[in-house]
This record gives sequence, structure tokens and C-alpha cells, in this order.
Amino acid sequence: MQETAQATQTVELRPPVTSVGVIGWIKSNLFNGIFNSILTIATLYMLWKIIPPLFQWAFIDSVWHTTGKACRGIDGACWSIIYTNFRFIIFGFFPYEQQWRPLLAMFLLFGLFFYSRDRNHWKKPLGYAWIVGLFTMGLLMKGGLFGLTSVESTQWGGLPLTLLLSVFGLTAAYPLGVILALGRQSKMRGVKWLCVLYIELIRGVPLISLLFMSAIIFPLFLPEGITINKILRAQVAIILFTASYIAEVVRGGLQGMSRGQYEAAESMGLNYYQTMRLVILPQALKIVIPPTVSILISAFKDTSLVVIIALWDLMKTSQSVLSNPEWMGFSREAYIFIAIFYFLGCFSMSNYSRKLEKELSAGD
Amino acid sequence: MENLLPGSVPFWLDPKKRAIMFQIVVFVMVGLLAYYLVSNTLINLKKQSIATGFSFFHKESSFEIGESLISYSAASSYGRALVVGALNTLKVSFIGIIITLILGATIGIARLSSNWLVSKLASIYIEVMQDIPILLQLFFWYAIFYETLPSPRQALCPISGLFLCNRGVAFTVPEAHPAHKYMLLALFVGCVVVYLVRRWAKKRQEKTGKFFPVFRFGIAIVIGLPLITWLAFDAPIKMDVPKFIGFNFKGGMTLSPEFIAILLGLILYTAAFVAEVVRAGIQSVSKGQREAAMSIGLRPAPILNLVILPQALRVIIPPLTSQMLNLTKNSSLAVAIGYPDFVSVANTTINQTGQSIEGVALIMALYLIFSLSTSAFMNWYNKRVALVER
Repeated sequence: MQETAQATQTVELRPPVTSVGVIGWIKSNLFNGIFNSILTIATLYMLWKIIPPLFQWAFIDSVWHTTGKACRGIDGACWSIIYTNFRFIIFGFFPYEQQWRPLLAMFLLFGLFFYSRDRNHWKKPLGYAWIVGLFTMGLLMKGGLFGLTSVESTQWGGLPLTLLLSVFGLTAAYPLGVILALGRQSKMRGVKWLCVLYIELIRGVPLISLLFMSAIIFPLFLPEGITINKILRAQVAIILFTASYIAEVVRGGLQGMSRGQYEAAESMGLNYYQTMRLVILPQALKIVIPPTVSILISAFKDTSLVVIIALWDLMKTSQSVLSNPEWMGFSREAYIFIAIFYFLGCFSMSNYSRKLEKELSAGD
Repeated sequence: MENLLPGSVPFWLDPKKRAIMFQIVVFVMVGLLAYYLVSNTLINLKKQSIATGFSFFHKESSFEIGESLISYSAASSYGRALVVGALNTLKVSFIGIIITLILGATIGIARLSSNWLVSKLASIYIEVMQDIPILLQLFFWYAIFYETLPSPRQALCPISGLFLCNRGVAFTVPEAHPAHKYMLLALFVGCVVVYLVRRWAKKRQEKTGKFFPVFRFGIAIVIGLPLITWLAFDAPIKMDVPKFIGFNFKGGMTLSPEFIAILLGLILYTAAFVAEVVRAGIQSVSKGQREAAMSIGLRPAPILNLVILPQALRVIIPPLTSQMLNLTKNSSLAVAIGYPDFVSVANTTINQTGQSIEGVALIMALYLIFSLSTSAFMNWYNKRVALVER
């Protein structure tokens, strides 16, 4: 019985070996057609020429825990420059024994970021947590209270400074940008043109000209005797710059709102502020989250420009290590190290934005 | 009931009057702030005895500029120095934009390739380049040039006539000859002719359906005309080969490490953004368009030229122009590696004369001119494209 049952079963032919599995995949993705085959081979050849020597340089021939002198004359990378100067590159001139403070501040920041990833956590307490968190970070950096020794902002540097400029810059620029966007959409002609003028003016010039302005001209604006420290001035320039870009993104969201939303709010008797706060902005700001994140990414990258007005950010601390005769000539290693930092920051943000975009579009 | 009568509403409840009040308040506040800042500035300037105005333009600059498109020396005026800087900005932006467009379009198309390896590599390139600050990239390329390449004496010579060293790149160019001027003119005439022929061919095709091979004709004219001019001048072939004399290369054409670093940085960074723009543009044309074009019997080349590109370009051009503008604005970072662009020259001028307000105002004005003319072009283009739409 068993034998006959087997015989009556239809014989399922497996697909040919060349169209499934690894071979099939290779055939359809790498060698479909003459042109693609040539392209694949050329690319593989190029990779073979580049990757192994690079790997050799970075990992096999490289040294990790030596002095600068020992690095001379070797073929590989001298990662010792990072190993030896790690704490200076990361923390700059922050007093050595106090460096746990910026470290703790950064951990706090990353913790807050990590917690804010989940959209279910986006409630009022999170806002309060951020406010408390930012204050604590400021306190940790500045000191002077609760037995912490005071550290002048001229001694701030490295990664904490980069993060400080971008995080505080964005938290201040965002509300300003929203106000500017509302102003640009306003029916009041005068206010509208003022906002248009501001936005177009700032967007038309490079950030570096604003930074120059903050470094050279801003002191002239103030009455004698009043000085504002350099970091704060650069921070103001970054805020003013980022706000105009955020304004344009938010305007896109406001224009995307249908007229019906405004009319419905009006017919319910809401005034302008209620309409904006309760109806329009919650929706408009939600649809522009992805472009807002890309503004965030470029603002993070743009903080690197403060090196030009001689603030001690991550780039400047590594350049000062590089100007030390012992470590002169190892720029590649130092710059690659900083590039990894920026890459990790931007990549995680853009990844998150993509994830969020998917979630938001799935909800609609 | 009285409340509904016109004129009886208190003015703070009348939206029109309230708006006017609000605007007056805003303007007064902005005006007061401006007055405060300006008066402080004037007092401070007086104290530091800095004269305002642009009279420093005519003074002798007494600083050297490494590279210049027009004749310049330390004896020239500040005004001329700033013109040199502006021309250098234009030079690096113009060359950068052309190469970026080609590289960016190539990477964008590679990103959409059916070849898995090529597409993955393109997307890795885009992600990595977009995520590293342009300034860091500039420093990196500059350092590579400075630290990795040998001194001019031991310059690398990968192909004969091309020399790489830490002082820059020297390469062979044809020796100066009057024919070159006319060849350039012939090239320009060729471009104009091709443009006119293209317009004529398009009109004729729309009217009669007859096809004219514009592309082949165009290539022939653009290459042919200069070639004929060259032959008419008895085909000068003498080359100007760079030679190592004294401490550096003489003759040929030399590009400074600063110029190459800023050009390379701008191109590699912006190309990643251009690639994304191109990819999004091509993907915005729905698949049905291509299939419809195929089903009426068009061949691949006309499908691309007549169906896909006109629609994709409408999506691509606006973000592309803003990327080009970004490249121009980012060229201001040249100041960080010492390429004498406008910002760098203006910065030196500020340091020497103390005319900081004028200097920064000039920088802003130059870039505003760039961006305003770009947005004027964009408005013109959008109008033109809108007319084509039905």
C-alpha cells in the first residue's frame, strides 16, 4: 500500500540549481547580462586592490600602545596617538580629576536620548525629565554648587562641547524656528515680511559668516563693560542659523495642513493661539519629524565649524595634539577617529529617522 | 444688541485693529533693539578709533595671495585682493559643481543598479559621506596631501608628465599658442549652434514627426569646430612639461594642495547628496511610464530622453540647485585650510584693517547675491515647468 501511495504522488521537480540558492542569487544579482558581469568583475578587482592594503594598514601593521617615536618608520597606522591622548581629545582642558563630570553629563544625555527613542514615552514627564536633565548637565559642566568646584567655560572642550553646542542649540532653535514659521504664515503683512527677511537672509549666508560675526562683531554690539563668553556667542550664532532652517521645515508642515482644519477650529470658536496650539501645530510638527531630524543631523555636523573661531571642540583638541612634535604627521589616524564619532552620531540619527518615518506612515 | 453695531466694538477685540497694534509693537521692539545695537556699536567704534566705510578698498593690501586668476601682488589694493578672493571662490565652486554633477549622477544611478554589489557600494558611499562633516573631510584630504606625498624633489610620477608632491600637482599642458583662443571661441560657437539646432529639431519633430539626430550632430559640431580651427593653425602640438628647477616645479600647470583638498572635499561630500537627489528623482517616475513608452514601440534611448528624464528632471532640478548653492556656501570653509577664497581674503583684511563690520558684511553680501540669483533662477524654472504641465 505504501509503495503505491508513493508512486501516485506527483513528482515535484526541484527548480534547477542555477536559479535558486546562492548560485541563483549571484546569477540574478551580479551576473545578469554582459554589462553587469563586467561591472561586477571590475568592482571586485577594485575592492581587492583597496580593501586588503587598507586592512593591513589599519590592523595588521598598526601599533596601539607606543610612544610617538616608536611610530616613526612603521608602515601601519599609529593608533597610539589616540590611545595616549584619548582623555585630552575627548575632554580638552577640563581639569583632569574633574573629568568624571562631563563624562557623567554625557551618559545622562545618552540615557535621555535612549529613553526618548520610544514614541510611547513621548509624554509630559519626558519633557520635564529633559529640562531637569539639561540643567543637571549644565551644573555638572559649570560646577560651583553642591560642593562641585567651578570650572570656567573657557576650559570646556572636546566631545562635551560638541554635544553641548548641538543639544542646547537645537532645544533653543526649535521654538524660535516654530515662531518664525508661524510668523511667515501670518496674515499680518509686517510680521510676515520681517520673518521672511530674517529667514532668507540667514539661509542665504554660510554659517561661518555668522560665526565670524559672533566672534568679531558681537562684542561691538554690547555696551562697554559687558562681555559674553565666546562659547555662548557661538551658541547664539548656531541657534540663529538653525532656527531659520527649522522655520522652513515647519512652514512645509503648516502648508501641508488642509484648510478644513483651520475652518473646523474656527467654527468651534477657538482663537488663533488655541487653534495653533491644539489643532494645527500638533499635526504639522508631526508630519515634519523626518526633515527635522535631517536638520538636526546637519546642525550636529555644523558644530564642527566652531574650530575656525578657535573653540576647543573635538576637532580642535585633536589638532592641538597633532601640532605636538611627538605626534606630528599622524593626522589620518586622528581624523579617522573623530570621523567615527560623527559617523556614529549621524548614522544613528538618520537610522532612527527612517524608523520613525515608517512608524508614522504606518499609523496613518 | 449694541455690540453688533459697527464702531461699538472695543478696539482690542477687533481683529483688524488688534493686528495693526500688534505689528506696531513688534516693529517698535525690533527698532529699539536695532537702535540699541547700532548706538553701542558706534560708541565702541569711536572708542577704538575705527573709521567706518569702505575707504580701505584703495589702500595697499601688503599681503600675498597664493593663487590668483588676475594679476595681483602685495602692492595691490584691498579692493583688488577681495576681487581675487571672489574669483577664487567662483573658480572652485564652478569646477566643483561640474564634477559633482557628473559624479553625483553616476553614484545615484549606481544606487539604483540591478547589480547588487554596485548598488550596495553606492549606498555605503552615500551614507558615510553624508555623515562626516565637510570640514573634517577637508582637513583629512589636506593632511593626506601634506603628510603622505613626498617633497618636490622625490615627486611621484604615475604617468609621464604628471607629478605629485606635497607642494601640489604639476601636469603637462599644451604650450600657449594663439590658436587656443580661437579654439575656445569655436567651442562656444559650436555650443550655440547645437542649442539652436536642438530647438529647431524639437519644433520640427513636434510638427512633422521627423526625427533629427541632434546628439550625433552635436558631438560632431562641438568636437569638430575646435578641431578644424586647430588644423587651420597648422596643428600646434608643442607641450609644456613641468620641470623641477630649484625648489619647485616650473612650467606646465600646477594646482596647489589647498585647491585640490578643497575641491576634492567639496566634490566627494556634495556628490553624496546629489546622488540621493538623482535617485529620488528617477524613482519618482512611475514604472507605468516606462512600460507605456515601451508598449508604443519607443527604443530605450528615446524612452530615457523623451519620457523618463523630462519628468524626473522636474523633481530633480529644485533640490539640485540648492545642493549647488550648498557647495558654493561650503567653499567658504576654504579659510580653514588656507585656500585664498573670498572669506579667507576678507578675514585677512579684517585682521589687518580692523574693519570687521564691513568685512563680514561683504562676505554676507557676496553669498546673498549667489543665493538670491539662484532662487531667481528657481522661480523662473518652476514657472517654465509649470507651463508644460497640463
